[in-house]
Amino acid sequence: MQGKLSWRAKLRRDRSLLLMTLPALALLIVFSYVPMFGIVTAFQSYDIYSGFSASPFVGLAQFERLMTDPVFWHALENTLVLSAVQLALYFPVPIALALLLNSILSSKIRSFVQAVVYLPHFFSWVLVITIFQQMLGGAGPLNTALREHGWATWDIMTNPETFKYLVTGQAVWKEAGWGIIVFLAALAAIDQNLYEAAAADGAGKWRRLWHITLPGMRGVIVLLLVLRLGNSLTVGFEQMLIQRQAVGRDASEVLDTFTYFYGVVNNNFSYGAAAGLFKGVLSLILILIANKVAHLFGEDGLYRK
Amino acid sequence: MTTRPIWEEKPTIAGQTSKTAVITVVLAIIIVPIYSVVLTSFSTQTSVNIAGGLVLVPHGLTTAAYEQIFSNQLVMHSLLVSFGITIIGTAISMVVSVLCAYGLSRSRSFGHRFILMLLIVTMFFSGGLIPSFLVVAALGGYGSYWSLILPSAVSVFNILVLRAFFSSTAQELIDASKIDGAGDWRTLWAIVLPTSRPVLAVIALFYAVGYWNTFFNALLYLPDNEMWPLQMVIYTYTLQGNAMPGTGVTQTGQYFGHQAVAPLSIQMAVVTLTLIPILLVYPFVQRHFTKGILLGAIKG
Repeated sequence: MQGKLSWRAKLRRDRSLLLMTLPALALLIVFSYVPMFGIVTAFQSYDIYSGFSASPFVGLAQFERLMTDPVFWHALENTLVLSAVQLALYFPVPIALALLLNSILSSKIRSFVQAVVYLPHFFSWVLVITIFQQMLGGAGPLNTALREHGWATWDIMTNPETFKYLVTGQAVWKEAGWGIIVFLAALAAIDQNLYEAAAADGAGKWRRLWHITLPGMRGVIVLLLVLRLGNSLTVGFEQMLIQRQAVGRDASEVLDTFTYFYGVVNNNFSYGAAAGLFKGVLSLILILIANKVAHLFGEDGLYRK
Repeated sequence: MTTRPIWEEKPTIAGQTSKTAVITVVLAIIIVPIYSVVLTSFSTQTSVNIAGGLVLVPHGLTTAAYEQIFSNQLVMHSLLVSFGITIIGTAISMVVSVLCAYGLSRSRSFGHRFILMLLIVTMFFSGGLIPSFLVVAALGGYGSYWSLILPSAVSVFNILVLRAFFSSTAQELIDASKIDGAGDWRTLWAIVLPTSRPVLAVIALFYAVGYWNTFFNALLYLPDNEMWPLQMVIYTYTLQGNAMPGTGVTQTGQYFGHQAVAPLSIQMAVVTLTLIPILLVYPFVQRHFTKGILLGAIKG
């Protein structure tokens, strides 16, 4: 019966539903879709007094400049190195934590631990980095203790060489606890009878982990991996910005900070927009590739094939 | 309390001990720094001097740092700004998101696939920082508070979470209400909202925390320090170590009344101020996180 309605009748029937989506759509159009058209500025030499419409077009000149700019290539390299470090050192942590938490039998202790590990997710980066600076910085308890024992102090907060590990450590502190939520949900969805049957067949703890638990989590792990790979070019923008003074530009320049400092701070809008567009397009390609690979391995990825 | 299933092996002592040790370390890594920051904000100058930095063991407590910042105009104003943006922003975001999520929750409604696609596209592609900045600036957002609210008022992820909840859990109630002849506005107000309190609380917390923590938009759009929210004040005066106007906070320390206040205590008191609202609200909302609310959106 429903299928026989004409689209006019459907429109009339659903007009209040459509009306309800309007405020959100209006905001998205103004602040997401209009900026997408603003990308034209990457092909212009944007002048703040002329605006999008009157600024002269320069074709691909901004991109040609970008390709020969060593600072840009360095920012891209930093971005990829940081992504790789985070993939290796951050990604497994929530999985391990979820398995650990899942093995706690007492539900009281488990919900307490959950409440504590979720908490840092709700702190701002400013707050997290302040806490790191105060704890691990030159005057913090750690270095004070090292000095008192006559040992060498640890300059992790200002050392450009180890900055990538510091940034990853901060990400683990802030987000790894929150990251376990999806894994816990996946664990809860595993049929408990499988464990009992496996145990009855003589499978030990580790074999059950390998043959039941991990396969049960595989879908979620692949999904998050796809998202992570698609986001390879987005790494801790606020972290970089906030700690730029402490570790120097060389270690902290990533694509996002490059866009910000060249575009906004130096008023070179078209050049910044070109770097931003480069990143946006490359990210889109990365996520499509990652999704394709997931499909090849028989997983759902972002959407079902 | 769940009991161990009968088929599961008895845990070994070594296994049990190492598990307890790892959990204790994880908890300590999160709790100790927070405790230490709060404690330092309440510590006397002597106490901070003995520690040489953040205080782990108290040697005398005082509220002098708070008396200092409560009489400091810059800090108090930034606190007001942060509260204002959080309350107004969360209200706007919730109204817009709930309406949109409900509007998209009917699986056969006109145009909902197309609108959903419009929403999801923005999760994977954006114009980038510069075009967004130029659009907000062109609309007069530079130096204006709305630039901290409207550009980030809609989170597509949050809408998807709400939509997943409305179209599964609440669907039967919605159908029943429609049979009773209630319109969509009435159904949303009288049926859907009252039955969706947990998910509404979680999403409101997400939005509120986003606004409370707003930092980069303030850096981008608010050049004038008299307009800054709390996060910008912490960034400038605690992280970068600039002298805070009106407190004379420098690295040398200073006196307030008869009591010595360490500059570090004042800085940590400002940090604690940003922690308090989160710590107050968090316990009431936190228990809803686990109820599978978030999973629906991730699957969908």
